[in-house]
Amino acid sequence: MSAKPRRLGPTVLRILRQLSHDHRTVGMLVVVPLLLLFVIYAMVDGNQQKFDQIGLVMLGIFPFVIMFLITSIAMLRERTSGTLERLLTTPLRKADLLFGYGMAFGLGAVVQAAVSTSFAVWVLGLDPLGNPLLVLLIAAVNSVLGVALGLLASAFARTEFQAVQFMPVLVLPQLLACGLFVPRDQMAGWLEALSNVFPLTYAVEALQEVGSNAEATATMWRDVGIVAGIVVVALVLGAATLRRRTP
Amino acid sequence: MAQEAAVQIEDLVVRRGKRDVLRGLTCAIRQGTVTGLLGPSGSGKTTLLRAIVGVQQIHSGSVRVLGEAAGSGGLRRRVGYVTQSPSVYGDLTVAQNVAYFAAIAGAARTKVAEVIDQVGLGSAAGQMVATLSGGQTSRVSLACALVAGPSVLILDEPTVGLDPVLRVELWNLFHRLAEGGATLFVSSHVMDEAGRCDQLLLLREGHLLAADTPAVIRERAGTDDLEEAFLQLIHAGEGTVAA
Repeated sequence: MSAKPRRLGPTVLRILRQLSHDHRTVGMLVVVPLLLLFVIYAMVDGNQQKFDQIGLVMLGIFPFVIMFLITSIAMLRERTSGTLERLLTTPLRKADLLFGYGMAFGLGAVVQAAVSTSFAVWVLGLDPLGNPLLVLLIAAVNSVLGVALGLLASAFARTEFQAVQFMPVLVLPQLLACGLFVPRDQMAGWLEALSNVFPLTYAVEALQEVGSNAEATATMWRDVGIVAGIVVVALVLGAATLRRRTP
Repeated sequence: MAQEAAVQIEDLVVRRGKRDVLRGLTCAIRQGTVTGLLGPSGSGKTTLLRAIVGVQQIHSGSVRVLGEAAGSGGLRRRVGYVTQSPSVYGDLTVAQNVAYFAAIAGAARTKVAEVIDQVGLGSAAGQMVATLSGGQTSRVSLACALVAGPSVLILDEPTVGLDPVLRVELWNLFHRLAEGGATLFVSSHVMDEAGRCDQLLLLREGHLLAADTPAVIRERAGTDDLEEAFLQLIHAGEGTVAA
């Protein structure tokens, strides 16, 4: 499964070029999270403790949600336009394609996360106890999680309408059960069990650890490790959905 | 006919659902020739091309290309495939599309401009593919296959939507490639194109009705008109089925 750089590089470049031609999407990728952060800032109306709590978690959730959407649609286009079938007749390996998407969109997501984290810290005065660079790291891992799940989800959609529907099916439940709205230990048992298997739960917990501890904690590293593990599993499952021979 | 077969198909059966799309097809495509694949729509042309490229699930039989099983890893750099609907990226320029397919095939960068000129898109190289006409887009798709310098080139209706001048230019290009040793297998429904092939395969309902040179097919039917000749072959075929 090792990706040969000679094919991975051109694939990353190609995907970034496609993205760069779409100015409106790039603009929305960068600006929309800032607007949403500002809305949260205005909502809590000067309650610093609340903003530190919610704003911080949002920094990890935005890249996840946005990358999930973008990736599932980009990959679906690749499937429906015939370019995927064509690529599979070339020397390109499946891993080159999947990691190409992961790296290209992951790179975009890091830029996005860096801009929103800077905005939150310097303009809106977000003040996590821990290092803001750790926030950035978790946001980046989260965005790659969005990419990986999006790649996988695209295999089960035949149209862009269907792909968009995976957002409420796969993303919203994770958001609702991640512990942001109701602490997880106060949830009904089955809900807590469900949230235990949702990857976003661990991402949010990692962010909360950064928010409430000056130093990186073992729990945070464990959580980041779990999310990274799920990314690999999703990518491997995604590779299994790329079939060279079809009926 | 001493030339070696570039593609060797034996008893190929492709089943889709309960329907047999290809029903025990046996044929060979000689190296260094342009072979035409003709047949009404739904006769299995695209399925046969997909089987040769190795993206079609087959029920039984064998497809060998350049001595290897179709779709094997080693063949992927030697076989080019141009699908019927152009499979290129609309949100990249012509040159960026071709450069990407060149890079993943490990082809030289200098070939990019060369093949863009070959398909007559030199003046549109910097244009976004989404802004091109259908005929131009299908030529971008062709350029993306040509840039890898394939030994076997599989083309599914490559000249649809092209004006007569461009069609002639592309067919000249196909013959030049064949003279250089490449093997081209081209599906088409235009009869004057069929006349330009070295060899013709006529497919109908998953059966091979004829496999010969245009001259022999004309002679057998006793007419100079290939279209007329094919109609006769089809009627003759139906006659044997009924009898």
